[in-house]
Amino acid sequence: MSNSAIAVSGLRKAYGNKVVLDGIDLDVPAGSVFSLLGPNGAGKTTTVNVLTTLMKADGGTARVAGHDIAAEASAVRAVIGVTGQFAAVDDLLTGEENLRLMADLHHLGSREGKRVVAALLERFDLAESAQKMASAYSGGMRRKLDLAMTLVTRPRVIFLDEPTTGLDPRSRRTMWDIVRELVADGTTIFLTTQYLEEADQLADRIAVLDHGRIVAQGTSGELKRQVPGSHVRLRFADGAALAAAAGVLAGSTADDAALTLRVPSDGGVRSVRALLGRLDEYSIDVEEFSVHTPDLDDVFLALTGHASTEALAS
Amino acid sequence: MSAISASLADSRVMVRRNFKHILRNPVTIFNAALMPVVVMLLLVYVFGGAFNVGEHYVDYATPGLIVLAICYGLSGTAVAVSSDMTKGIINRFKVMNVSRGAVLAGHVAATMLISAVAIAVIIGMAFALGFRSPATAGDWLAAIGIAAAAAFAAAWLTVALGMAAKTPESAGMAVVPLLLLPFVSSAVVPAAKMGQGIRQFAEYQPFTPIIESLRGLLAGTPSGGYAAAALAWCAGIAIVGYLWSRATFSQRA
Repeated sequence: MSNSAIAVSGLRKAYGNKVVLDGIDLDVPAGSVFSLLGPNGAGKTTTVNVLTTLMKADGGTARVAGHDIAAEASAVRAVIGVTGQFAAVDDLLTGEENLRLMADLHHLGSREGKRVVAALLERFDLAESAQKMASAYSGGMRRKLDLAMTLVTRPRVIFLDEPTTGLDPRSRRTMWDIVRELVADGTTIFLTTQYLEEADQLADRIAVLDHGRIVAQGTSGELKRQVPGSHVRLRFADGAALAAAAGVLAGSTADDAALTLRVPSDGGVRSVRALLGRLDEYSIDVEEFSVHTPDLDDVFLALTGHASTEALAS
Repeated sequence: MSAISASLADSRVMVRRNFKHILRNPVTIFNAALMPVVVMLLLVYVFGGAFNVGEHYVDYATPGLIVLAICYGLSGTAVAVSSDMTKGIINRFKVMNVSRGAVLAGHVAATMLISAVAIAVIIGMAFALGFRSPATAGDWLAAIGIAAAAAFAAAWLTVALGMAAKTPESAGMAVVPLLLLPFVSSAVVPAAKMGQGIRQFAEYQPFTPIIESLRGLLAGTPSGGYAAAALAWCAGIAIVGYLWSRATFSQRA
């Protein structure tokens, strides 16, 4: 068996004459986190649905944990776990009953089932709400319960479809911590997200999906280098200071009307300190200082030549 | 574990899940049991006096009301099936290799449980309103068997309707014909009293043999012909419902 947890080649899918996946190639090494980044409608969920055997592809091949998704769907299902965008929990059951349902459906047996359920409730900080119905859970708790349900059998490959969309920042961090723990245990994670920061935080490799095509692939550092958006913005009290600063900072672009200077920078502490040190050296006063890191919109603009659909909508 | 025993184990888990749903959402069972009682009171006290059916009206209407009691429980099932299909949980079951039959069987079992409660309530009410039956224990057992067959058939058809519906709301609407059809059968008044066309429809639609066979059994005059027709209809409807639900289940992601 090769070292690929997920190997995808030329995957295609269309609904009627609307092409959703237009020839996707991916390779996810076992034990790594792979993130599929893209706006709504890019084809992320379709990719997950095809790879998790919920949908049939129109063309191309894919193997998950060495099993062909079309010919060996059962074998694929036995080793994967999926947590979708909409929490797949049973609202009319309590948190504990939801987990028990999973344990029973996996034929874990009564004692082992109980042990696994108790451990998961503890691990996901859900023990206190275990007897409450899932319909009374907050968004973050539902997502945690959903993921806990996926982990009842310790799947080798886990698909997380926008696991933090709609969550508050605190729940998002909790979710990130959980993902990191899973990776530390050797699980392969296939994660889709709309947030560059999330991919940046979690993923070993990122692929940018746009209109059903992979437009860029690489580590987060590699992708960011393709994006010119990262810069420092300085505002000055008058034109003289602006001109002086523009003179000493290489590669900067001045906006005379706004009295601002845009300086390319990775935004890191070291480079910012160097930049400020240089201004200090020439005794140039700065009114306002801000660091701009590229976000998904910058990535999209740079990689596809058009803004993401969210940016267009707003 | 063999495929069959795994699928049986899955079914057991799913039936337990659906029973829990009923306990958590008692309104469903309350509606299913209450509405037929309301219809019964209306028929017996408000309209019944005006119907000349040749016997004590409550004795005439009870078999039809048993069938109505089954039908009124169905919308809850259709909505529950559709909710399952439109929420993420069904994808989880699919990805887990849970047998399709198990998910469906859970809903059918839950529907039959609701039917059983509603039928028990309506028979209790019937006796309270003066229903008297010369039926033997054997007749009663046979009547329960036919009612169970009808509930089973209706449950499978409803599961299929719920599967096919796009939203839980439209699923609730899809079973409305099943609530109305008993009125165009011999449930409330004999088909012979209906107009040309309607009468033929009432005579040949599946509810009539089911109701007539129940009526015969409860009146102590069982009719083998009606019973055979009733069971044949139930088997046919159940098979169609089963095949239709399975096909829809496979189609929908």
